[in-house]
Amino acid sequence: MSANGYQPLLLKNAHRPDSATLAAYRESGGYRALERALKEMTPEQVVEEVKASGLRGRGGAGFPTGMKWSFMPKGSGEKYLVLNADESEPGTFKDRLLMEEDPHLVLEGFLIGCYAVGCRHGFIYMRGEFVRPTRILLKAVEEARAAGMVGKNILGTGFDCEITLYRGAGAYICGEETALLESLEGKRGMPRLKPPFPAQVGLYGKPTSVNNVETIANIPLIVEMGPSWYANLGRPKNTGPKLYCVSGHVRRPGVYEFPLGIPLKELLFEHAGGMLREDRPLKAVIPGGSSVPILPAAQCDVLMDFDSLAAAGTMLGSAGVIVMDDSVCIVEALLNLARFYAHESCGQCTPCREGTGWYVQILERLERGEGNSSDLDLLLDLSDRIQGNTICPLGDAVAMPVRSYVTAFRDEFQHHVTHKKCLAKPAPVPV
Amino acid sequence: MIPSRETQEKIDAAVREYPHARSALLAVLHLIQSERGYIAPEDQAWAATRMGLPPAEVAGVVSFYTLFRTKPPGRHHLQVCRTLSCQIRGCRELLSYLEEKLGIKQGQVTTDGRFSLVTVECLGSCGTAPMMQVNDDYHENLTRERLDVLLDSMK
Repeated sequence: MSANGYQPLLLKNAHRPDSATLAAYRESGGYRALERALKEMTPEQVVEEVKASGLRGRGGAGFPTGMKWSFMPKGSGEKYLVLNADESEPGTFKDRLLMEEDPHLVLEGFLIGCYAVGCRHGFIYMRGEFVRPTRILLKAVEEARAAGMVGKNILGTGFDCEITLYRGAGAYICGEETALLESLEGKRGMPRLKPPFPAQVGLYGKPTSVNNVETIANIPLIVEMGPSWYANLGRPKNTGPKLYCVSGHVRRPGVYEFPLGIPLKELLFEHAGGMLREDRPLKAVIPGGSSVPILPAAQCDVLMDFDSLAAAGTMLGSAGVIVMDDSVCIVEALLNLARFYAHESCGQCTPCREGTGWYVQILERLERGEGNSSDLDLLLDLSDRIQGNTICPLGDAVAMPVRSYVTAFRDEFQHHVTHKKCLAKPAPVPV
Repeated sequence: MIPSRETQEKIDAAVREYPHARSALLAVLHLIQSERGYIAPEDQAWAATRMGLPPAEVAGVVSFYTLFRTKPPGRHHLQVCRTLSCQIRGCRELLSYLEEKLGIKQGQVTTDGRFSLVTVECLGSCGTAPMMQVNDDYHENLTRERLDVLLDSMK
């Protein structure tokens, strides 16, 4: 499948200088889906359509969104929908783009979501560093309120929905949904044990669904075009448009929208312009944000969707595609990420709190040329001891990459031990 | 320091916005910090009293989140992204250049109080690496030349 000629759906307004305004959004057909949902559909029908569309969550886990919503209890009790706008997975920068360039798309999807799950006060959890996106989204909320689409009796339908933007304060872990809820309650962002799942016990102890920004941005499209039209985009069980974030050693880094299942090499070599420097070939790609296993260049003939990447031993994750040429030392790259996870571990579970620190110490030793052969197995052993033994997936999110880097590039790690230096040929960086 | 009347009014509004007042704690701390530049021990004590929380609860929250500072920053707080995409596109070279130019190391403030310099984890701007955040604003696709212009414009 080639994606040439594809017309963007999520980013269709992004090129307009006035894309963040209500007028521009309306001109492109905006808020028709909200009107349709509120006036012609029951909340259950909205959930059914989202289920039928096959939409899977775009935050990283790929869980079916319609099913997540269907876990919410029926009835008129207090319930919450929370938008996870705490985008912080290294390599990922799509939600910020959506919020800055098309805040009304995000807002419309969120309002439809609130209607579908029966939420009358929705919260948008903004990454604390995202001052500009927050300003833009707040303005969009006020514009929508003035137009009768936020607050009491939305569009005259009797549906009430208040929206509050909440500012986080810098903690990667708050992207994990239960840590996010703790943070939203004004506490340290420490993940909760599951079960109970948020759909039973969430924000303030009430049933809650937490959805990613890009996921929510797909909702108006499903309601407007219908689930079967939507399900025809992409591949079976991997449906719909997807935002791919390409960074690292390519000529044109950026956010690219294509259906799920675009070939990774097409994304890199046709759309992102190919390798940054002609004399520096592709060495490896991290296909789904820093928390997923790495693909060495020889394994990059894969399709970019949930199931294809799982079959290749990695994950689509957040579709943060980090491209590395042969100037990159894999030991050093892994040390960079190990430091990230050690810094971001909330400290609640011993395997993660201590293990991430151990990774850093061992990798620093290897970097300095002071490591020994047993360190390689020690890294693998640590991964076995962390993975599956922590409350939240942060432990897995570092254990899996470590295992994959050491396994796929064992020669390079061994070279650091034997020759006390790096196998990669560093390139002067043009800064 | 007791927050100004204006900040206290914003704090009252933030508390009213949530079904449970405790949810406003982060907003309260952000408001205190935006007035004073950082959150001192006496500010934490004030926030604890205002929110009806034990001081240790507030201290726990302040120490958990990286955006809360307990020491005064420079007028221009330079936060250089250090995570992988920025590293492979040159953030270390950028940081060395900044350290050399400002005559301080990361974690320090210039003696005139004009600049402070820190490294931070991924700011979600990987497609425009290397980059940094200065106070609230992102500055992307940085080069030495662009840094020179930028720093000159910051008085």
